[in-house]
Amino acid sequence: MSLIEVKNLSKIFGRNANQATKFLDEGLTKQEILKKTGNTVGVNRATFTVEEGEIFVIMGLSGSGKSTLVRLINRLIEPTEGNILIAGEDLSKMDKKKLRQTRREKLGMVFQRFALFPHRTILENAEFGLEIQNVPKEEREKKATEALEMVGLGGYLNQKPSQLSGGMQQRVGLARALANDPEVLLMDEAFSALDPLIRKEMQDELIDLQSSMKKTILFITHDLDEALRLGDRIALMRDGSIVQVGTPEEILVNPANDYVEKFVEDVDRAKILTAQNVMKRPETINIDRHGPRVALERMREEGLSSILVVDGKRQLKGYVMAEDAYEATQKETRDLHQILKTDIQKVSKDTPMNEIFNIIYDSPIPIAVVDNDRLEGILVRGAVIAGLAGDGEVNLQNV
Amino acid sequence: MFDKILDFAPEIPIAEWTTDFTDWLTSTFSFLFTPIKEHFGNFMEFTSDLLMKVPPIFIILIVALIFFFITGKRIGLAIFSIVGLWLIYNQGYWDHLISTFTLVLIASLLSVIIGVPIGILMSKSRIAEAIIQPILDFMQTMPAFVYLIPAVAFFGIGMVPGVFASLIFATPPTVRFTNLGIRQVSEELVEASEAFGSTGSQKLFKVELPMAKDTIMAGINQTVMLALSMVVIASMIGAPGLGREVLSALQRAQVGTGFVAGIGIVILAIIIDRVTQNMNSKKEG
Repeated sequence: MSLIEVKNLSKIFGRNANQATKFLDEGLTKQEILKKTGNTVGVNRATFTVEEGEIFVIMGLSGSGKSTLVRLINRLIEPTEGNILIAGEDLSKMDKKKLRQTRREKLGMVFQRFALFPHRTILENAEFGLEIQNVPKEEREKKATEALEMVGLGGYLNQKPSQLSGGMQQRVGLARALANDPEVLLMDEAFSALDPLIRKEMQDELIDLQSSMKKTILFITHDLDEALRLGDRIALMRDGSIVQVGTPEEILVNPANDYVEKFVEDVDRAKILTAQNVMKRPETINIDRHGPRVALERMREEGLSSILVVDGKRQLKGYVMAEDAYEATQKETRDLHQILKTDIQKVSKDTPMNEIFNIIYDSPIPIAVVDNDRLEGILVRGAVIAGLAGDGEVNLQNV
Repeated sequence: MFDKILDFAPEIPIAEWTTDFTDWLTSTFSFLFTPIKEHFGNFMEFTSDLLMKVPPIFIILIVALIFFFITGKRIGLAIFSIVGLWLIYNQGYWDHLISTFTLVLIASLLSVIIGVPIGILMSKSRIAEAIIQPILDFMQTMPAFVYLIPAVAFFGIGMVPGVFASLIFATPPTVRFTNLGIRQVSEELVEASEAFGSTGSQKLFKVELPMAKDTIMAGINQTVMLALSMVVIASMIGAPGLGREVLSALQRAQVGTGFVAGIGIVILAIIIDRVTQNMNSKKEG
């Protein structure tokens, strides 16, 4: 079962939200509703699920409703309608006391501008969540210290937030959220206020931390690169609606509509696409059944100067060059083994494209794409460049 | 002819109504006012008598020491307080100074005790703010002398009506600044405390009040200064202290006496102001 289930969650700001809800059901756009009723649609019937242990990124430009959406999930903003289920419990129906309990035990939150309490020390900040649960001082200090050590701030316990840099402050923010050991982390543009280098460092660290903590993380961002780096899955938002949910690849390669397409246009595809997205179906010959003559014939048909050699199980054995095959036919040799070359470049099918460049530049022959030595495809220069240009040469069948 | 248009109604007897209302209050709540006047009056006299029994030299030294420490061990203000207080002693106004100080102290304490919770209420409820805001405006703009009249009606003459009048006059800044301070706490911090599951009072005491502290202290500083200014006016209804000396000097056209008593008030004002201000900035650092 999914840890978080959001069903038809809407937020309409302003009075007479009911009428605006009706218009929403009739399919009017955000702008039309604003004109007719004066209400702003913050979030429009968002529906999605988040699996346990997943980083789910909600991405959109400013004003797309993503920050509202994350606040609806812990009810910092009251939803107009819809349900939020966390581990099967409906947050939207909870009374204040139950909601408080859930926030304390299950939901941690990290804020864009850190939201550290300036009058408290780093340790006291990290303790906050435990302190309001009346956890004894000794225990909460221990847990908070552990959380701070986890984010690399073990030596700053008694400093004030203003004494730390932005990146370090956000580490405190993260530690404060982790100290409660919540199941779900809500991160609202958590790294957006940091400069690019620090941001990247924090992203890497979050990925590192995540590999050991296995929290369920809902990450809000306006930065597509960040979304692609962090997200197991990404939801794209526009005008309060979710326009597409999918893995980073699905979104890049198969944008659901023009809006998504425009969005992903600028992405550096080299970082996202991997070998399997741009590889071609390989021409091969079977080492057990075919001889030099067949090899030569196939190369002639396809206009190639070399051909890959596999065995019956499609395990890659090597390649033969056209010249060698020709010489072998002259000498009446039947066995491919004698002319087989094994110095072939292999890459695994999830190698990112930017790593492939260096290899393909130096290599006179195509590169084999393998999955545990099983041949999956080949990379030829033309197709790699076409894939980068994003002109539809990319395929997803193998994904 | 146009003049007549405005005469469509007879004069509204607001003054009579107010008088009647005050009379009604006085007679109806005399069971409350009388004991307040007696016990509270006794308490205040007791406090000022107690302070008067302390040898002046001790008080002067204590004040100087307080200054020395809250200004970060600088001696400027400490020396000022020694010279200033000695001057008041030298002029024979020590007892008046103590009376004035007692009045200011008690009036300010009451203002803070009443004002801060009202300010909190205002910051939490838009309706409360809409109701209280104009009342505060009224309290502050009404000439302070006017409060003396019902004060006398309720509590007779002496220290207690003086405290009552300065309460009304001096409380608004504390209320306003408390409200302002809490409303100024950044949205994200409030969200953070809520997101971790704070109760309302946890949010108030662990986040909002500590964050608003500086602003509230600025309001309290204002309140204390207003209370001090009210003390002079309250001397008209028999409140003892430096104010009474100023008043009697005025009535007898004694420029010299008036000036000396006035200087005493100035010195006290500076001392109180610097102490409350420094308490604020010291905790900041």
